[in-house]
Amino acid sequence: MEKFIIWLLPLPPLLSFFVILLFTNKRKALSHGIAVGAAGLSWLGSMIIFIRALGVEGFGKQVFGSSINWLPTGSTWLKVGVQIDPLSAIVVFFVAWTVLAIFVYSIGYHNFGQPKGDHDVAGLPPQGATVTEHGHKHSVPSIEPMYSRFFAFISLFAFGMYTLVVSDNLLTLFVGWEIMGLCSYLLIGFWFGKPSARNAAVKAFMTTRIGDVFMLLGIAFVYSFTSSLSFSEIFKPDMLQALASTPAFFGLSAAGIIGLLLFIGTVGKSAQWPLHVWLPDAMEGPTPVSAMIHAATMVSAGVYMIIRMFPLISAGWTEGMPLNTTMSIIAFIGAFTALFAATIAVAQNDIKRVLAYSTISQLGFMIAALGIGAYVAAAFHLVTHAFFKALLFLGSGSVIHGMEHGVLHTGDHVDPQDMFNMGGLRKKMPITFWTFLIGGFALSGFPVLTAGFWSKDEIFAETFGNGHLAVFIVLAVAAFLTAFYTMRQITLTFFGEPRTKAAKHASETPWTMTVPLIVLAVFAVGFGWVGIPEHFPGLGGLIPNWFHEFVGGTLTELPKAVEFSWVPLITSLCVALGGLFFGWLVYRKVKSPKQDFLQIPVLKNKWYFDEIYNFVFIKPASWIAEKFTSLYMDQTVIDGLLHSVARFSLFLGDAFRNYFDKPVINEFFGDGTGNVVKASGSGLRKIQAGRIQYYMVASVTVLVIFALLYYFLIGGL
Amino acid sequence: MTVDQIIFILCAALILGSALMVVTTGKLIHAALWLVAALFGVAILYAILQAGFLAVVQVVVYIGAIAILFIFAVMLTRREMLDKGAQTRSNWWLPALLGLLILTGLVFLIIGQPAFGRTAAEMPLGVDTLRNLGMALVSQNAFVLPFEVASILLLAALVGAVFVASGNNE
Amino acid sequence: MSIPLSWYLILAAALFSIGLFGVLSRKNAIAILLGVELMLNAVNVNLVAFWRYQDPAKMAGQVFAIIVFAVAAAEVAVGLALIISVYRRRKTVVADEIDLMKW
Repeated sequence: MEKFIIWLLPLPPLLSFFVILLFTNKRKALSHGIAVGAAGLSWLGSMIIFIRALGVEGFGKQVFGSSINWLPTGSTWLKVGVQIDPLSAIVVFFVAWTVLAIFVYSIGYHNFGQPKGDHDVAGLPPQGATVTEHGHKHSVPSIEPMYSRFFAFISLFAFGMYTLVVSDNLLTLFVGWEIMGLCSYLLIGFWFGKPSARNAAVKAFMTTRIGDVFMLLGIAFVYSFTSSLSFSEIFKPDMLQALASTPAFFGLSAAGIIGLLLFIGTVGKSAQWPLHVWLPDAMEGPTPVSAMIHAATMVSAGVYMIIRMFPLISAGWTEGMPLNTTMSIIAFIGAFTALFAATIAVAQNDIKRVLAYSTISQLGFMIAALGIGAYVAAAFHLVTHAFFKALLFLGSGSVIHGMEHGVLHTGDHVDPQDMFNMGGLRKKMPITFWTFLIGGFALSGFPVLTAGFWSKDEIFAETFGNGHLAVFIVLAVAAFLTAFYTMRQITLTFFGEPRTKAAKHASETPWTMTVPLIVLAVFAVGFGWVGIPEHFPGLGGLIPNWFHEFVGGTLTELPKAVEFSWVPLITSLCVALGGLFFGWLVYRKVKSPKQDFLQIPVLKNKWYFDEIYNFVFIKPASWIAEKFTSLYMDQTVIDGLLHSVARFSLFLGDAFRNYFDKPVINEFFGDGTGNVVKASGSGLRKIQAGRIQYYMVASVTVLVIFALLYYFLIGGL
Repeated sequence: MTVDQIIFILCAALILGSALMVVTTGKLIHAALWLVAALFGVAILYAILQAGFLAVVQVVVYIGAIAILFIFAVMLTRREMLDKGAQTRSNWWLPALLGLLILTGLVFLIIGQPAFGRTAAEMPLGVDTLRNLGMALVSQNAFVLPFEVASILLLAALVGAVFVASGNNE
Repeated sequence: MSIPLSWYLILAAALFSIGLFGVLSRKNAIAILLGVELMLNAVNVNLVAFWRYQDPAKMAGQVFAIIVFAVAAAEVAVGLALIISVYRRRKTVVADEIDLMKW
């Protein structure tokens, strides 16, 4: 029964995609109804699975799974199938909730129920419609022209994510991965009329593609080594042993290389340094897209995949050993990215950009945790992050919507996304304010009450407890910066007085947008409590560390809970509370960017990485494409070669014609024969003179000659 | 030289001489008249050969009809030619040469046959050449068919000559 | 009779050659026909000579000569008729000028 439901989980969004695209594109209410209904069906299935999974003792050993023979390969079959083990049960849980919340949110975000815009064009964001209300005209937000298309795309996106989560083999995981890559392109470039959106979509696709190529190499390597792509096959202990002990390239074992290659896929998909450049630009898409891609689903998929691959990465490693090369690289990149992105986030003024860099940073936390072997901590932070980041993004979308309402109402055309144009919104948009606050605190790791605290604390505990001090310090600094910029964001947006007319007239958003915020806020607060470590002072032991038991059961050996130590706890409290306090302190007085001391060009310009990449990669690639390949190679060399072949053929043809065909064949043989015949004819025809005596003389002459010949040669009469 | 031989030689000289004059004289009417002389000589020869009927037929048909016809034709086409200029073609030496060669060859052949040197046997008694000729021309197992066919030929020639010479001008 | 056969034959051969010369070398068409007559007569002489010297009882020789007479007559008639017809058309009896059947 469970197997049946698991197979069907990805199906409703897929059907919704096709139905909306093919049939209901013109009917907006029907489209969103189908989409939300499909998300709801998948949510229902996910909840059933999750609850069933909870009920199974020792679920890690008795997973729900089913597979079919799919591709015949010689004497065996490549199997594809589905599997729900503890890790994927948790992931499917948060995916179901966030996807449903985002779908419902999108109805309000795209202004369902509002009139059509005056100058709205498909491909550009809606610009507002003029309505006459109580006497005077003013603009109100207008409905998105490509409304149904949006729901079709996010349905496809949901399908991709569900496929990825429920798959039990690398092949269908990769299929889901790529579908999400496609959808991120489609959705980031949703407003295709904007050049910035188009470029951002291409950038996202290209950058993640780089990661995907390496991931595909890794998958190929796995298949060639193990002749299978199923997790259950790959993670068999003897298979892992073989992988760990077979040396491969660059001094790494096979497991190490495969892990590294797959990790590069994660680097691309989860926007870690150095492939982080696409995520901030991806804010060009509508906010639900940002929430979906960059919080709930797509970037989480990268982390999920690498968490899933943990047995492979850590093959040959046990707790207490120094990290193997792959894990060290992973930990380094994770920690570095966490700090790096946090430093950029403090200098951003666009409300969504701050969140984008924040996502990169938090993903770095997860990956660093996994790199040092903290399996459960990484998974825990993944789940809690999904909830509060989705909450924050949707909240920011709500803020932007309120600002846009103010912009249209007052005609004061300011950028509704710039935080320095906001201020005092807590009075205007209370629900948004409180839910955003909860999300922000969760992100910063506000103690006890927020889920972010528990997951971040666990990461600190693991890094410190296992002796990875470098990682610990880096993550601590990053956590401080996280709290700092989060409070900066909240202060600038919600506290103080409105700084523009638009902000003065901002209003709360409809229930379709605020109810999902509330739902996610509940999770952002409550989810942390399922993972309280046992030895936590005071609260530890009251509630069993269900998360650790449950998710840890995915591995063959339950990971040991780390020993409790005060250092990480104190650090965590300090950085979180300190960051929040300082952020509020500094920014309650700041009214404009000029007063913001953190507007350092290096930070504001993202450490100039975009420029570096442009110089190092894009320009040479363009040069190669335009100048080298197109102009030199193709037009000059290849076309030149073809042209010279053609010219040579023409030359040969002409030569043959003029030097052989005409003089020899035509003149000598053709005309010559004719002329010879003519000449001989005109000569010989004179025989027929028409004069009888001439004939007679001739015949008698010949007769006499023959007679003489006969007489003299043959002799006799 | 018996008398017969002398007569023969005189006759032969008449014939050949007349013939030569036929083919060499400049005036066409003279040629026709010389032809009459030659034909006459041939008639005498027939008489010597005791083919009396043929001698008479020669005179009547050849001289009396054919030669007269020639004279008529010469008269009717007289305006042209008018006997001016050479009457033989410019390359007359070639036909002369050919004639001489043929003559030489034939004489050679004739002399080479000893059987031709014999003289004539006496006419057998009781052979009525005229009567035999008549019978041969009309009897079934003799030459009636050629005779009749020759008649038809003459008829055809008659009709043809009349038609051609009538000159139906379109 | 003491004239050898070969004398007659030689006479006939000479007459024939003279006739041939006349045919081949005379310009006037009627003169050509005169030559033809001479040749026919030579043949007749030959025939009659052989008749007399072989077997005078058999009439084949004379019959042949008679046929030749008939043929000669027919031929002269038709030939002269043609010459006269041509003369009327082309106003000429010169054999060389009657050359319409040339190339």
